[in-house]
Amino acid sequence: MASTIGPTRGGLRAGPGVDMALEVHIEKKLAEFTLDVSFAADNEPLGILGPSGAGKTMLLRCIAGLDDPNRGRIILGNHTLLDTDNGVRVPARKRRIGMLFQHYALFPHQSVRDNVGFSLGRLPRAAREQRVRATLAQVHAADLEPRYPRHLSGGEQQRVALARALASEPEALLLDEPLSALDTHLRSQMEAQLRETFLAYRGPTLLVTHNIEEAYRLGARLLVLSRGHVAAFGPREEIFRRPPSVEVALLTGCKNISRARAVSESLVEAIDWGCRLRLRQALSGPVGHVGIRAHHIDFAESFDPGPGEENVFPCWLASSSETPFRITLYLRLHKPPDESGNYDLQAEVFKEKWERFRDRPLPWHVRLSPEWLFVMPS
Amino acid sequence: MAPLEATDWSPLWISLKTSVTATLITLVAGLAAAAWRERHKGPSVALVDGICLLPMVLPPTVVGFFLLLLFGRSGPLGRLLLQMGTTVIFSWPATVIAAAVVAFPLMYLSARAALEQVDSHFLEAARTLGASEWRVFGQIALPLAWPGVLAGTILSFARALGEFGATLMLAGNIPGRTATIPIAIYFAVEADDLRSAFAWCGADVVISLALLSGLYYWTHARGPARWARR
Repeated sequence: MASTIGPTRGGLRAGPGVDMALEVHIEKKLAEFTLDVSFAADNEPLGILGPSGAGKTMLLRCIAGLDDPNRGRIILGNHTLLDTDNGVRVPARKRRIGMLFQHYALFPHQSVRDNVGFSLGRLPRAAREQRVRATLAQVHAADLEPRYPRHLSGGEQQRVALARALASEPEALLLDEPLSALDTHLRSQMEAQLRETFLAYRGPTLLVTHNIEEAYRLGARLLVLSRGHVAAFGPREEIFRRPPSVEVALLTGCKNISRARAVSESLVEAIDWGCRLRLRQALSGPVGHVGIRAHHIDFAESFDPGPGEENVFPCWLASSSETPFRITLYLRLHKPPDESGNYDLQAEVFKEKWERFRDRPLPWHVRLSPEWLFVMPS
Repeated sequence: MAPLEATDWSPLWISLKTSVTATLITLVAGLAAAAWRERHKGPSVALVDGICLLPMVLPPTVVGFFLLLLFGRSGPLGRLLLQMGTTVIFSWPATVIAAAVVAFPLMYLSARAALEQVDSHFLEAARTLGASEWRVFGQIALPLAWPGVLAGTILSFARALGEFGATLMLAGNIPGRTATIPIAIYFAVEADDLRSAFAWCGADVVISLALLSGLYYWTHARGPARWARR
């Protein structure tokens, strides 16, 4: 299982049913670190997740040919777009890669019709107009055709930018933070639009985002980028279920991580939490840390460590914070919180559940289910 | 007092013809230089910048002197032209050359500022959509930079219209051929023909004022094109 995570080199999946594949190896020196990325993508959308400044946008720019890596090889389908060792460098305009820019970059002096038709200059007028209309209809923006970008809302601009990229019939689609410029209400609408587009589009799709949930919802596979290197690469479920490192655990939003050491084959001691934790699977390698996601933390009815009640510990509430439907509880293990407000665990529960046990006397009993615990090497 | 006679309008026509031609040359050359400069960054191009701006800071007589050296009988360009059986010194083309060289820096500066302000994402988007560099320039960069380029064009025209020193040195004062309005004014004053001097000064003020108000109207009142507000 763990072997599918981590950068694969040349592990390109190709065969019948796969129209196009993208293989990328890039080395580029940036001001603070070196972008050093290798991966292969097929027709499944690939989410590229990482904090701001991890090199995500630069990676897309190198693939699109807008920036040049110091060394690299990029192969799209049968075409070598870049091979620095052999002096191959296809210019951006000949790469046939559709790019959706973060702020859309719609040409302000051209109507929506002209924007979408920009890449279709070679077609006769009638064919061009027909293609423009069809592509706009595909993104549910047919009525915007005569308008100018300045008259469009953020969501409409995004639809038009998407149509413009699709109209050129690109062999790969790159999207740079496509939803970040939109407000929450439009976001879910446009996310649905993107999912629909991804389903219909036959070609590698790369989507850059710093939003964990967005990456998960839109990318079947994920590439986690941190300071220029691939911290994880694989199916999204795998990466979230068993992050290969503390870095990836943090980047994918894990709130509870403790230093750990092995006690026996399936028992670890969580040093920061002062407890021993039973694991579901036997340890397969050295242990540095153990973690559990905030929403996987459960509460036991009572402290009764029977055979079915493993990993249950007394805890006290240090503080809490609410969102409309959920509450985050900051918990102190083994003893009541002191003045400092320090806490050991962060648990996230739905309000309905919270209502059921909020009035119970402290200590409560927290359950760190072996099902959801994961260990990471140091 | 000057004798009453039919007014010689030739300086007006020569001035307009010279300025229009010089402005067109300046527009193309200035845009080309600015576009080239956009692609080449670094300390070495600072020299190019300096050379392009030199005619603006040097006295027009110095520019005229260099042009004379360049286009004179023993100058490199002058000899070349002589081999082709022609010469430009003291002919109408000389007024155009002088005006174009002196107006060039204004065009270059305006075009560069305008092109620099175009968001590079528009150009990059055009490239990913398959556009050649010519198309990127012609259909994206230039239209987006147009208000600034237009302002540069009008300023260049006004500067060409007012050119005196370099023109006098390179083209001289040949009535009906190289005598532009500023030169006509100078020689009218020298000949004590104040009436003509007043008339030509008035004409110059009117034309320049019309141009500058037009410039303001186009770039401010009408806005830097309808679409530029994003």
